[in-house]
Amino acid sequence: MSEKLKISIKNLNVFYAEKQALFDINLNIMEREVTSLIGPSGCGKSTLLKCLNRMNDLIDICTMDGQVMIDGANINTPDQDPVLLRSKVGMVFQKPNPFPKSIYDNVAYGPRLHGMAQSKDELDSMVIKSLTRAGLYDEVKNRLFEAGTGLSGGQQQRLCIARALAVNPEIILMDEPCSALDPIATAKIEELIEELKRKYTIVIVTHSMQQAARVSDRTAYMHMGELIESGFTKNIFSNPQHQKTQDYITGRIG
Amino acid sequence: MNNLNKRNKAEKRFKLYGISAVIIAITFLFVLLFNIFSSGASAFKASYIGVKIEIPSAMNIDEINSRKEFKRQVLKMFPEVETRSDKRALLSLFSKGAIYEFEDLLEQSDSNGLDGYYWFLAHGDLDMYIKGTVERRGNEAGRINSKRMTFVDALREQNLIQLQANKYLLSSADSREPEMAGIRGAIVGSLYAILIAFIVSFPLGVLSALYMEKLASRNKFSDIIETNINNLAAVPSIVFGLLGLAIFLNFFSLPRSAPLVGGLTLAVMTLPTIVIASRSAIKSVPPSIEEASIGLGASKIQTLMNFTLPLAMPGIMTGTIIGIARALGETAPLLMIGMVAFVVDVPGTPLDPSTALPVQIFLWADSPERAFVERTSAAIMVLLLFLVLLNLAAIYIRNKLERKW
Repeated sequence: MSEKLKISIKNLNVFYAEKQALFDINLNIMEREVTSLIGPSGCGKSTLLKCLNRMNDLIDICTMDGQVMIDGANINTPDQDPVLLRSKVGMVFQKPNPFPKSIYDNVAYGPRLHGMAQSKDELDSMVIKSLTRAGLYDEVKNRLFEAGTGLSGGQQQRLCIARALAVNPEIILMDEPCSALDPIATAKIEELIEELKRKYTIVIVTHSMQQAARVSDRTAYMHMGELIESGFTKNIFSNPQHQKTQDYITGRIG
Repeated sequence: MNNLNKRNKAEKRFKLYGISAVIIAITFLFVLLFNIFSSGASAFKASYIGVKIEIPSAMNIDEINSRKEFKRQVLKMFPEVETRSDKRALLSLFSKGAIYEFEDLLEQSDSNGLDGYYWFLAHGDLDMYIKGTVERRGNEAGRINSKRMTFVDALREQNLIQLQANKYLLSSADSREPEMAGIRGAIVGSLYAILIAFIVSFPLGVLSALYMEKLASRNKFSDIIETNINNLAAVPSIVFGLLGLAIFLNFFSLPRSAPLVGGLTLAVMTLPTIVIASRSAIKSVPPSIEEASIGLGASKIQTLMNFTLPLAMPGIMTGTIIGIARALGETAPLLMIGMVAFVVDVPGTPLDPSTALPVQIFLWADSPERAFVERTSAAIMVLLLFLVLLNLAAIYIRNKLERKW
């Protein structure tokens, strides 16, 4: 673990119209680590995650104040170009959502969008590299030009990860990436997360405490829009400091 | 147990109601179609009279007075006819179009002379008698009086009156003579009008739907616009005709009776349909796809162009074609902007005066001349054919675009 600060969230408040969804969040996320956000439904985990790449901008009624520093620069300002930000902070969603295009075009979409490849060969190698990193290449190398929607659920999710990797992000956000998958596909994604953290900073929202315990280095527990406790995963699970955390991980709430 | 029996019976009863409703609806449809087809089919044939034409090759066609020559050739077949009124009765069995056909024949002959039987269009009165539309009473049938009937009988005895394919119905425009009246002018006028309606209303409709659905912020103002567009779809079409009259004719001084103005008016009428269909198609595009695109760093417009619009396109096209099909069958707004005129020429450009298919049907249905009855039904058949083709196109486009994804 590198102990280098990647993301620093300071006094973040988020509102959906009148309703406050996040209260005064302060959280540090380290480079090349997996940080998991856990907590009961509706506690604001996903909202917090979406603050990190400004996906909340898409919701008209959503407003946020406070600071989100990535590499020391505040992204929560009107000057920040969200398009640029999102090429640096990739996202994988809850339900696999491949584009209704071929596997190749799915992965090539980002590089094409940002004009990253100068030639067809360069694009090809980018696609192959991303698919290989996502652990999917061997399974699909013979049908790169078939529909991405024809893959199995787990393969689709890995395709979505490959798609996110193709734009060379530094941070990958995962919003419950395994909640729609069976245990075998889940295991594959978890292995992949282990692999990916060597190169990327990963923030994962999960409902499964076992998953948080398995894959993450640090864990943050949230409750009703507040950050209750955060720290090394092994400490949170073995020796929670807060009563609410204790209740949640022992299954009394949530 | 008793209760279950009751429920099962109720279910059966309900099924029966449903089936009978469907059967009644289908019966109405078939009665309508049968009615139209049985009265319209005969319009695709017309009566022709065979005349023995003998013109020596030495004759210079330019010097022939075709009208006189045609009369001479016809009268030659009945040498016993002497009185003027008898001659007139014989010649009145031919349509005015027969002279033009004779002229064409002369031109085609290339001074090589003619010898043999040629067929010329019969008058509408005779056509109706041949087709059995008017019945024979004694020596008369409708406007065929006994004097004309003697010639008819004589010609039929020699098998010189025949039903042949109607060359005029699909190749000429309207005419005072029913046997020479066709719907080509109306078809071309209708096609120009719906083409212009499509060109104008499709981009406008899709753009406004995209803007309202994806770009506009929700507030009171956008709510009012939305309600108004939904209400606009229910406005009677004749009101759009008044709008077209006031704006396109009076304000912009565009030519009266032109398919251009008809198309613009129909575009305004079709617009709400397209907007509503496009909005629901855009709404049904899964937001997860758009999120994925935004999440990769695409801008809102790039996401709209790359995913939202292509994925919504089958729905948008279906709605548009249904709107255009409605416009094709629309009469009332066209009456207001003067496309109801009697036009004998096929329009060459959208600026020429013209009529439209449904208006032509209206005009012919209104005509006291009985020979127009079968032509009305024939025109309806052609209109229905176009509507079926448009609907097939909608189905084809929907399947084709969906398969691509």
